[in-house]
Amino acid sequence: MTKYSEEIMVKPITTLGQYLLLMRRVFARPERFRMYFKQYVSEMAQLGINSIGIVLLISFFIGAVICIQIKLNIESPWMPRFVVGYTTREILLLEFSSSIMCLILAGKVGSNIASEIGTMRVTQQIDALEIMGINSASYLILPKILGLMTMIPFLVVFSIFAGIFGAFCTAWFGGIMNATDLEYGLQYMFVEWYIWCSFIKSLFFAFIIASVSAYFGYTVEGGSIAVGKASTDSVVSSSVLILFSDLILTQLLMG
Amino acid sequence: MIELKSVSKAFEGRTVLDNINFSFENGKTNLIIGQSGSGKTVLMKCIVGLLTPEKGEVLYDGRDFIHMGKKEKQALRREMGMIFQSAALFDSLSVLENVMFPLDMFSNATYRERVKRAQFCLDRVNLIDAQNKYPGEISGGMQKRVAIARAIVLQPQYLFCDEPNSGLDPKTSLVIDELIHGITTEYNMTTIINTHDMNSVMGIGESILYIYQGHKEWEGTKDDVFTATNERLNNFIFASDLLRKVKAEETKEKG
Repeated sequence: MTKYSEEIMVKPITTLGQYLLLMRRVFARPERFRMYFKQYVSEMAQLGINSIGIVLLISFFIGAVICIQIKLNIESPWMPRFVVGYTTREILLLEFSSSIMCLILAGKVGSNIASEIGTMRVTQQIDALEIMGINSASYLILPKILGLMTMIPFLVVFSIFAGIFGAFCTAWFGGIMNATDLEYGLQYMFVEWYIWCSFIKSLFFAFIIASVSAYFGYTVEGGSIAVGKASTDSVVSSSVLILFSDLILTQLLMG
Repeated sequence: MIELKSVSKAFEGRTVLDNINFSFENGKTNLIIGQSGSGKTVLMKCIVGLLTPEKGEVLYDGRDFIHMGKKEKQALRREMGMIFQSAALFDSLSVLENVMFPLDMFSNATYRERVKRAQFCLDRVNLIDAQNKYPGEISGGMQKRVAIARAIVLQPQYLFCDEPNSGLDPKTSLVIDELIHGITTEYNMTTIINTHDMNSVMGIGESILYIYQGHKEWEGTKDDVFTATNERLNNFIFASDLLRKVKAEETKEKG
């Protein structure tokens, strides 16, 4: 087997195997629930609460831009005026507030997790935990996965509302369209299941972001350059996995 | 007592440790010395279980650490304390929280009792005044002392120190050496120190194992060093002019 084919074929399988073995360690029984719970609460704040600002900001502007683009591009005498609101809502609910928002979080939260755990690895803090007889993989990674999975539905809700508010702002302050038409479109043929779809997808994506980033951080070997590379790899890998699983989940949930 | 029986370790076919046999005695400061790259750190990692030797046994008071079950291993790890080269303190925790961490994880004592025990250990290393500071706010020597306090907080049977004096000035190194030696005698622990600091060798080397290119080259005590005829050991220990002069004077006095 040539070095190139080994790189293409063997490495991904090895990586997947290592990831699965790490996950087995992560979901082992915690040594002390009290300490894990403390970490879990702290991770909810660090990964979830600290992301609310960026989620609101991006969702607000994307909601406004979607509204403007749809208004400008599909406006026609044959098209009802409420279609802009309806389409904006569907885009926000079905794709933006779950998938695209999670892609953004993969950059912010994923790199944070990978660099934090990677730095702990290179400064021997993980070795210190192991020497104490603590399952370092579980102690460091499990609270992050659960913390992000707990917070992500709230971030999705914030994102949807911020996007809709952004769309309304284009009507109120930009005069792009009538706010009553927009409101009618936003409420037109509302399907509750789409909200649940958004939550279900975001839960999967949260797991991907936290676990994949933690894997790259945990397996760092070397120094600061390796930590930087792990951080980049974690963002790239989790983004690709989010896109791939989005395709499958959308087909499963909506098909 | 920790016994090494025919411990061997290789990385990708390259032998790093070759058939090491040695007994680290209880209540003494046992030193592993050798040049950089001689295999000291690998040997230490094999002893504490961060690496698994290909061959041989590591016996903790007769208990085979390498071949024991996961649960027994974790239980034995709670009898160990380790001071890392980089101190490996948890950045996000204060000095007191760092020292309390093993207690929080494994002790059933009340919060007040845990604080009291952690403060006692900090007092032992003369750092009670720094208990509310964070690792980033204290000097390297203080970090090492916090690491010592954390290592002894659970009253371990075995203490491991990986180059505890690296990056410290001679005076602070002396303080660290005296502290480790004092604690070893006080708690009657089996202490293993990995070092290439000659002041440590001359000061606290009650039992010395000299590693040369992965194999045991010499063993003895600090007093034996002056009379040793091993050329490699002499080249290593008496590499500096100062130590050569000390040896010459010592020989003159005895002769």
